Amino acid sequence: MLEAIIALASLGLIFGLVLGLASKKLKVEVDPTVEKLIEVLPGANCGACGYPGCSGLAEAIAAGKANIDSCIPGGKETADHVADIMGMSSGDCKEPLIARVQCQGTVDKSKYIYEYEGIPSCDLAAGYFNGSKDCQFGCFGLGTCAASCPFDAITMGEDNLPKIDMEKCTGCGVCVEACPQNIIRLGRATQRIFVSCSNTDKGKDSRKVCTISCIKCRICEKGCPSDAIHVIQTGTGTIARIDEEKCTNCGWCADNCPTGAIQTIEPLEDFFKMINNRVPVKEEESKSGCAACGLCK
Amino acid sequence: MSYFAMIISAMLVSNIVLSQFLGVCPFLGVSKKVESAVGMGMAVVFVMTIASAISWLVYHFILVHYGLEYLKTIAFILVIASLVQFVEMVIRKFSPGLYKSLGVYLPLITTNCAVLGIALLNIQNGFNFLETVVNGAANALGFTLALVLFAGLRERVDEMDVPAALAGTPISLIIASIMSIAFLGFTGLV
Repeated sequence: MLEAIIALASLGLIFGLVLGLASKKLKVEVDPTVEKLIEVLPGANCGACGYPGCSGLAEAIAAGKANIDSCIPGGKETADHVADIMGMSSGDCKEPLIARVQCQGTVDKSKYIYEYEGIPSCDLAAGYFNGSKDCQFGCFGLGTCAASCPFDAITMGEDNLPKIDMEKCTGCGVCVEACPQNIIRLGRATQRIFVSCSNTDKGKDSRKVCTISCIKCRICEKGCPSDAIHVIQTGTGTIARIDEEKCTNCGWCADNCPTGAIQTIEPLEDFFKMINNRVPVKEEESKSGCAACGLCK
Repeated sequence: MSYFAMIISAMLVSNIVLSQFLGVCPFLGVSKKVESAVGMGMAVVFVMTIASAISWLVYHFILVHYGLEYLKTIAFILVIASLVQFVEMVIRKFSPGLYKSLGVYLPLITTNCAVLGIALLNIQNGFNFLETVVNGAANALGFTLALVLFAGLRERVDEMDVPAALAGTPISLIIASIMSIAFLGFTGLV
């Protein structure tokens, strides 16, 4: 017993000493910027930045190949530290993205055509007759997105639709990949108005399966004061989508959508403070007089 | 056994991945591109050959000497883990190009059961020192061969119209099992 302990301990000691000496002798000079960057990055090696681990990202930032806000989970705090090291201001960051659920098909609005009793996974449910919802584009409510979220930002609401906690959401896009129905999309964090429907069928058909779906009536398209919303062609049909570059969040489309498919999200006070710190949001000043947006009402 | 027969046997007949099912995780994990498969293979050749040699020395000159043969597994883990660290430092110092191309694969080898498996099998089969080194290198080459072939197949399958239910990992596992069956065809060659 004693021999075993001594033998292993001395083996470990010898190897340790050799390694210690080797690390002294074979030390490679690393760019001090990279070392500092590795220190401020979270070290979770999650890969959300697209580089192999945090040290890979640090090298890319130091080489100027990656943006200073490339670390998604690190958020503003990390971006600030990185900006300090790189001698930039974090105001140079691009706007963060937030995941949005593009379906409002609660049980009373879009019926289930059968009761799914299998393993609670949307991927599996999608394999049975295009899923259990009357609307084949709708959310099944089985929570695959909530399970996939690495930041616990998604919970399943009582209405069987996922709820996204905007303060926790980092815009990493894992849920977008996970949803077999392609209901979750990423959008700019300051975007407050979006089309909350994914049904690309013709108006009549989509109305039949869900009372709150986009019926492609183009009222929003015609009325939008900034030409930001259009009924566009997608792979499976047409649907109204907002061009976030042009949208001024005036809310005209949301107020005038006959089915209520266009949704306005309440601004979270702290959340917008966070966003405002990071990206100076310029108040859109009306240049050509009243745009009939209805905000003053 | 002649050395030539030993090399053929290690690479084809009893291929470490496809017949002995050791090192399956890097086989599945590092085989999406032929390039990275070659990198991983080279790193394993390097480490497995040296690890075989050193573990043989440790076993025969330390463990056997003090009658501690039963400690060989843990002692070999110690040898391999430190060796990988050491090799990483050496490569980093003297060949930054190779270090870059090996990337994360080098530390991954620390936890590779194939390296430990070969070190233990060398002892179990009672090889002498030269046989141990040859066997280690040949097995590593067999590992590289399996990895590169598999990566080549996966690169092609990625372009194919695979049924949705089989796309990704399932089809890879099916390919791996068919490769394994194919390699069984070498049985009796040596």
